[in-house]
Amino acid sequence: MDFSVNNHTLSATNLAVVRGERMLFDKLNFTLRNGGVIYLQGANGSGKTTLLRTLCGLSQPYAGNIDWNGESIASLAEEYSKHLLYVGHLPGIKEDLTALENLQFSLALQGAAVTNSYAAEVLSMLGLAKGLNLPTRMLSQGQKRRVVLARLWLQDLPLWILDEPFTALDAAATDLLKQKIESFANAGGMVMMTSHQDFSLNVPDFLQLKLDI
Amino acid sequence: MAETNQNIGTFSVLWRILARDIRVALRRQSDVTAVFFFFIIAASLFPLGSGSDPKLLSAMAPSVLWVTALLSCMLSLPRIFASDYADGTLEQLVLSNQPTVLIVAMKILAHWLLSGLPLVLVAPLIGLQFNLTGDQLQVLALSLLMGTLALSLIGSIGATLTLGIRGTGVLIAILVLPLYIPVLVFGAGAVNAVAIGMSPNGALSLLGGVLALALVFAPLASSAALRIALE
Repeated sequence: MDFSVNNHTLSATNLAVVRGERMLFDKLNFTLRNGGVIYLQGANGSGKTTLLRTLCGLSQPYAGNIDWNGESIASLAEEYSKHLLYVGHLPGIKEDLTALENLQFSLALQGAAVTNSYAAEVLSMLGLAKGLNLPTRMLSQGQKRRVVLARLWLQDLPLWILDEPFTALDAAATDLLKQKIESFANAGGMVMMTSHQDFSLNVPDFLQLKLDI
Repeated sequence: MAETNQNIGTFSVLWRILARDIRVALRRQSDVTAVFFFFIIAASLFPLGSGSDPKLLSAMAPSVLWVTALLSCMLSLPRIFASDYADGTLEQLVLSNQPTVLIVAMKILAHWLLSGLPLVLVAPLIGLQFNLTGDQLQVLALSLLMGTLALSLIGSIGATLTLGIRGTGVLIAILVLPLYIPVLVFGAGAVNAVAIGMSPNGALSLLGGVLALALVFAPLASSAALRIALE
């Protein structure tokens, strides 16, 4: 999949975000283009998660604008979110459903469907071959995380917003995910992510953004 | 990748949301069956406690059955959104490629199929314990069919407004029970009308009006409340 066919931009202008009574940051400006990766850094409580949720449209900014291709994301609503793949702190999977069912459902929410055998192939590649048909409540934290992240291999969406995607992953899975993010960005995908680990990616347009309290 | 990846339409997405809610509920049957049996047991306690006067029983039957249905529906309200909120699937639903209001409507429909419809089906049997006539039982079932859907719709507003708040049970009751009054008045009124030999059509039409209003406004109000809850 080549994502650079359609040019997209996600831009924040003079963005200010408040949580409770506290101003987390203001006058934040950036533009994310095809092939760009923005890596958000900041101490605990500096507002990384809140910023990502605001960029998804889940929270409202206190001031400033967030635009997708020049139009405000609030007015685009699902016309914006249909381009977006968000992996948050919460797993977003049902513990009573199997890995396969959860994966198929999260794909369906963005209007995609793959054959079960292909979805099973991707889950096996991520090391879940034995847990495909178990309720995800039986899986470990790291395995649940892999079920959540399997969408990255199956969904053709141009914008990824990833909140701590490496949490609970082992070294092998961390490498797989890094490679996936690199190949996605090199194919023209856009990534906005946070991580506690120090890391760099082999992509041309890699920006580190530091949030200070 | 492209050959195995296909796109599905709006209807298909909404159908999968409905199917998922039903599937999750069937894997956790205790939640659904508990509410169902609460209705049966609570409604059956009244004939046991109020002596054996058949006239008294049939006179109080509409209100007893309707109030019990109301309470059972209310008990199951947190189930619509609370677990999705806790595990993050609600965020994913809101960020899907469909309007939130349609998704909310699907979740309300799933709630009604799982907790409203079973009450409609079992209510005539319980009505027999109250010495209701055939006509009354028919009207009871019909009024519950419309009424429970209205209860699920109206209740969803309470369920979304209380998301993320501790001790939601009592709060939902305080928020939602006053809104249930029109449904109760017209629903029980229809059955009472039959009992005194009048036509139930007036009350049933008014109940239909309440249902129509709820169909239009409840999903809108709930999706607005949902967005606030997720902030």
